[in-house]
Amino acid sequence: MAHEHKLAIFRGLVKFKSNTQKIWGVLIFLTFVTAIEVILGILKPESLMGQVLGMKALNWIFIILTIVKAYYITWDFMHMRDELKSLRRMVVWTAIFLILYLIFILLQEGGYVFNVYKEGFIKRDF
Amino acid sequence: MSTTVVNTGTEGKTWGGGNRPLNASYGKMMMWFFIVSDALTFSGFLAAYGFSRFKFIDSWPIADEVFTHFPFLHGVNAPMYYVAFMTFVLIMSSVTMVLAVDAGHHLNKAKVTLYMFLTIIGGLIFVGSQAWEWGTFIKGDYGAVQTKGGNILQFVDTEGHRVALRDFVVVDAHAERTQHERKEGLWFVSEGTLPTYTVEEVLHGLETHDNILVRTQIIDEAGEKTVLSRAESLKQIKEYGKVVVEGANLHVNEYGSPLFADFFFFITGFHGFHVFSGVIINIIIFFNVILGTYERRQNYEMVEKVGLYWHFVDLVWVFVFTFFYLV
Repeated sequence: MAHEHKLAIFRGLVKFKSNTQKIWGVLIFLTFVTAIEVILGILKPESLMGQVLGMKALNWIFIILTIVKAYYITWDFMHMRDELKSLRRMVVWTAIFLILYLIFILLQEGGYVFNVYKEGFIKRDF
Repeated sequence: MSTTVVNTGTEGKTWGGGNRPLNASYGKMMMWFFIVSDALTFSGFLAAYGFSRFKFIDSWPIADEVFTHFPFLHGVNAPMYYVAFMTFVLIMSSVTMVLAVDAGHHLNKAKVTLYMFLTIIGGLIFVGSQAWEWGTFIKGDYGAVQTKGGNILQFVDTEGHRVALRDFVVVDAHAERTQHERKEGLWFVSEGTLPTYTVEEVLHGLETHDNILVRTQIIDEAGEKTVLSRAESLKQIKEYGKVVVEGANLHVNEYGSPLFADFFFFITGFHGFHVFSGVIINIIIFFNVILGTYERRQNYEMVEKVGLYWHFVDLVWVFVFTFFYLV
């Protein structure tokens, strides 16, 4: 039962002495990211309200920060960093592929239905 | 036992058994595969939420205006602070869980016990907070009027601040309408709780208060809900007002599109159910730790497996938080 942990995060930028230390380090990072999200969510800076790729820039920032958080939870709390590359890919890429596919289809369809109500002859509100 | 075949003669060969594919034990690998399938379930819900939101992109409720309450701070406008607190509690309990796993690797029973205990407490705080959040959401605050077409009309003062129905509507004592119960008439006909006010009373209240305007669901270019003029406000309530809505249930809610409340109940409910079962599983493992089951086994892998599940619950919440409260 060997339990070697890879103790470096941020691509080796930060190295921790022990696994316990790494856990606290990741907690600080996650708290920091959540704090940024909440502050941005309350302030809603005017400069980030512009549309980027069909969505507000602020929303893209939220989504990216969420994925960053998800990465560190999976990699360091769930020890994905220490698993074999093959297991990692089986779990992560399967989920990512299927989820992206589903999101693409449903959002596309939702936007289409919106346009049908808006521009077509179908009405839902009388 | 001498007759039992113990050796297959293929030890050491690839298919001889005893191999651990992907270097993970059976239990851990299966937990990972369960997590993948559960992640797909949750993404199905969240993608369905996205579908409905894109369908009603110009009239979806703004989460900041819905979740503005904080326990013991009544009347204080605190958008999202409580959810942020809940997120922090869940991340914190994830940390104590991973510390328990780490202590398990060092076969430190006392520390595993302590950290498992803290994890359970964190989970209970989270579930309790969610119950409070649901309670507040169901009870509602301002009240609204639903039109024949199913739109929600809310009330604001001239400065754009929300106004609750109780602040300007007076119950007409002469026009009392009692709730129909099965014992009082047709035994197979019943109706739900009546709202505090009727649409006529709301209209009367609106007519007598010059400073109150109606706010529709439609989001304008600035990302805010449209406020109607005084004349248009009266016309909307008079001509289209159908029922008074207070709070939320699966059919109507005062915040806007009924789907918003449906998804709120379904997604946070399903997640809360996961947290709840996680707490139960954690309690079982906690007692196993205390009883020394894993001490005797010299292996705390069970803690690691429930740990994976617990982190997954946290992981899902991170996404629910973003897509329900932030975006």
